[in-house]
Amino acid sequence: MTAFWTLVGRDVRLAWSQGNSSVLAVAFFLITVTLFPLGIGPDLKLLGRIAAGVIWVALLLSTLLSLDRVFQIDLEDGSLDQLFLAPLVPELMVLAKVLAHWLTTALPLVLAAPFLALLLNLDAAGYPPLILSLLVGTPALSLVGAIGAALTVLVKRGGVLLTLIVLPLFVPILIFGVGAVDAAIHGSPWGAAVIWLAVITLAALALAPVAAAWALRYALE
Amino acid sequence: MTAARFSDASFSAHGLACRRGGRELFSDLDFEIESGGALVLRGRNGAGKTSLLRLAAGLLRPAEGHFAWNGAVIEEYGTQIHFVGHENALKPVFTVRENLSFWARLHGSLDGVGGALEAAELGRIADIPVRFLSEGQRRRAALARLLATPKPLWLLDEPNASLDKGATAWLAEVFESHLAAGGMILAATHRALGLESQPELTLGRTPA
Repeated sequence: MTAFWTLVGRDVRLAWSQGNSSVLAVAFFLITVTLFPLGIGPDLKLLGRIAAGVIWVALLLSTLLSLDRVFQIDLEDGSLDQLFLAPLVPELMVLAKVLAHWLTTALPLVLAAPFLALLLNLDAAGYPPLILSLLVGTPALSLVGAIGAALTVLVKRGGVLLTLIVLPLFVPILIFGVGAVDAAIHGSPWGAAVIWLAVITLAALALAPVAAAWALRYALE
Repeated sequence: MTAARFSDASFSAHGLACRRGGRELFSDLDFEIESGGALVLRGRNGAGKTSLLRLAAGLLRPAEGHFAWNGAVIEEYGTQIHFVGHENALKPVFTVRENLSFWARLHGSLDGVGGALEAAELGRIADIPVRFLSEGQRRRAALARLLATPKPLWLLDEPNASLDKGATAWLAEVFESHLAAGGMILAATHRALGLESQPELTLGRTPA
């Protein structure tokens, strides 16, 4: 397990020292969300109704920003070869990199989301489900994203292709994430939507490392 | 560097064939390396030297044949080998020490890092980010990985590319003490490595 945490630690430190992708992702998230009130105008009621959707969509896009390089940099500088030779099964290696991506990209976005919800006049009842659904759902984004990143690891400027592969897979997460908030605003029980998000995250946790490791092994050949 | 002696072992290839992009690079290849021995791979560009090393590391799968450790077919790779490929596997924003420590810790222990830095004469530049180093210094930092964690079998692809005369001589000494400690080396090269007394394997047929 030391090997696992060593890799997580390195990737987190790399993200901090290499142009700081966390700050970039949060800045992108902020700007995208801010554009909506500017574009729609000061209709507070309308903004409040679309707040959850806007935040979730902007967050999906922000997560994608740094995803295409998750494995590509390591492939280019020869680190991926070494990681495959390290005493760490490839599936755990993928999981370590996914965890580092979640910590450095998704978690800062989740922390920024409540402030942006304020900006969009989200109903007070919407905050608990928003935060909870983001916390439960975002790991699935990093996990599913890793499959796309591994599949496009050989594609130069694979970011667009990655987006096309991954965004359709994000749809269920988006639906349940927004569904939880909408239910809460309308006074209905919202627990079921969060449980569905947890189901998706757990399924992704089981499948994504295997699929991504398989794709990477194929890419090395 | 007084590395502990490695236990006696042998690394061998049996009936190896490699196909890349539909083209057969080599077939029916056999060789054996025993403790304290080395094998130098030669051959023109594209003869399959790099592919053979990647096969030996388990990064590629052979079209036919297999590798064996002490006569038993290898199932699990990685614990016995060091692989230094064309790329140095160094992160430009990390210092030499940080890079080396990461790989050493990944392999279980930080104990060898200080000694490896010293042995590779990287002590003075150990705390400089790799992006400020020359190509030769980076290569030395990559090779220091060999010393930071002891492993019996070294798979090296053009190990002394971009090394100057002094560093090449240093590398030859490193090889010598590794072999003296019962280690094994499989190296592909176009240049003199200081392994001239060792057997060679030339890949590829004469160009048609």
